[in-house]
Amino acid sequence: MKHEPASNIHPVAALIAGLARLISGVHARWLDCEPGSRQRIYFANHTSHLDAVVLWASLPAEARALARPVAARDYWEKTALRRYLAGRVFHAVLINRNPQGSERSLAAAQAVMEQMVAALADRSSLIVFPEGTRGSGEDLAEFKSGIYHLAQKRPDVELVPAYLEHLNRILPKGEVLPVPVLSSATFGPPLRLEPGEPKRAFLERAREAVRRLRPS
Amino acid sequence: MTLRMDPQLMWLFEGVLAILALSSLIGLVLKLRVRSDTGRATVANLNARIRAWWVMSAVFALTVASGGLGSLVLFGLISLLALREYITLTPTRRGDHRTLFWSFFVFTPLQYVLLGMRWYGMFTILIPVYAFLFVPTRIALAGDTEHFLERAAKTHWGLMVCVYCVSHAPALLILEIPDYEGRNANLLMFLIVVDQLSDVFQYVWGKLLGRHKIAPSVSPNKTVEGFVGGVLTATLIGTGLWWATPFSPHEAAGMSLAITLMGFFGGLVMSAIKRDRGVKDFGTVIEGHGGILDRIDSVCFAAPVFFHLTRYFFSP
Repeated sequence: MKHEPASNIHPVAALIAGLARLISGVHARWLDCEPGSRQRIYFANHTSHLDAVVLWASLPAEARALARPVAARDYWEKTALRRYLAGRVFHAVLINRNPQGSERSLAAAQAVMEQMVAALADRSSLIVFPEGTRGSGEDLAEFKSGIYHLAQKRPDVELVPAYLEHLNRILPKGEVLPVPVLSSATFGPPLRLEPGEPKRAFLERAREAVRRLRPS
Repeated sequence: MTLRMDPQLMWLFEGVLAILALSSLIGLVLKLRVRSDTGRATVANLNARIRAWWVMSAVFALTVASGGLGSLVLFGLISLLALREYITLTPTRRGDHRTLFWSFFVFTPLQYVLLGMRWYGMFTILIPVYAFLFVPTRIALAGDTEHFLERAAKTHWGLMVCVYCVSHAPALLILEIPDYEGRNANLLMFLIVVDQLSDVFQYVWGKLLGRHKIAPSVSPNKTVEGFVGGVLTATLIGTGLWWATPFSPHEAAGMSLAITLMGFFGGLVMSAIKRDRGVKDFGTVIEGHGGILDRIDSVCFAAPVFFHLTRYFFSP
């Protein structure tokens, strides 16, 4: 499926972002990182369905117009409403979640990479959750290797870590009604892949970069 | 929306306006005269507070003047926002989610709806009885028993302080006081003016003369001089406002004293909670003041006591 580049913000997206901001009371903090409109890959911890929209809503308007969330195809193509929200409203990059290990999944992983690289070639920014699935909020799961490959393919695009606090209290896994606890989105200094840095080490460093932003 | 043109209420508004104008003038003079860096920071914070006071006073005056419904909506929102700040700072668990949803979106609005219906009997027991029994039941049904008693107590305490106590301020509007019909908004104005002036003058006297700390381990900014100066000044002003109330000057003095003392206790207790949680403020929404709960901590304690004193002595 071909998506138009997210150069302007869909009115429904603006509305949803406004609602998300109201419910989450999100307070954006930028630590050693300019909240500019440069092309970036934002990567954050994942505990709630609200994560992507709250992170998106806490970006400055000009950065928001560029940013596309990366989301799981199996979930977001299930109903017409989800398809509309993911496709038309948020211009999400929908990817196949790949079961790891098998021969087929290697090809699938490559296809996913190509999709994300294509989105970056469109000058879009990406919002990714490298844990792959929502956690309980206690600790971060191991990062999947996607951001390592992105960092390899596009070393010119900044990788910005973000920590989303309290989203698991607002809308945890398995709940449909939100509780309006105050949340925060903390963005940290951009990360770069060091020359010759092994995959494992980079992913651990990226995970630590997110974890470090957790307010004490 | 019909704006109430009660002449006494207008005088109260004009008085507030005069105080704000005077404060802004003092703030400007201080800004021009201050030299040291720490002094500059204090004055900048003071001016931020004064600016926020203009906004808060305007919002409050407009809603009070718009009659009962406006005040109910305003205090209902204040309760919601205060509860939100409180719960944010209170560690809750996954098993509390549904209980919290009920607290925010059922009990809080219902408390104010009951006021709107003037159903006083239910208004006084909804949270102390029904929410009190509901909260632990719902948590138990969720099945997580870790820190059970603490979680039930913390949630209920939040409802009591942020919703039950605060709702007693607009509850003044439904009191039936002989020969005082249609003027209850003045009582609400009296409570808020005396309570908030007490906070302001405790701050001012504390900054000017503060030496001896009252409870250094709880709140390093509260001093004996600030406390005495603030309570006396606000009580004096409250006494001077007796004409707007059903009270005689002596009674107005007693009521003002009760409001200021309870307000002080409220501030102290909220400071203890903030200390325990390791934060300075409950939030950041009001520039220079912190959160909503930082601004209304004194109202939480003063409102129910003032309400019941008035009800007991003046409403047969």
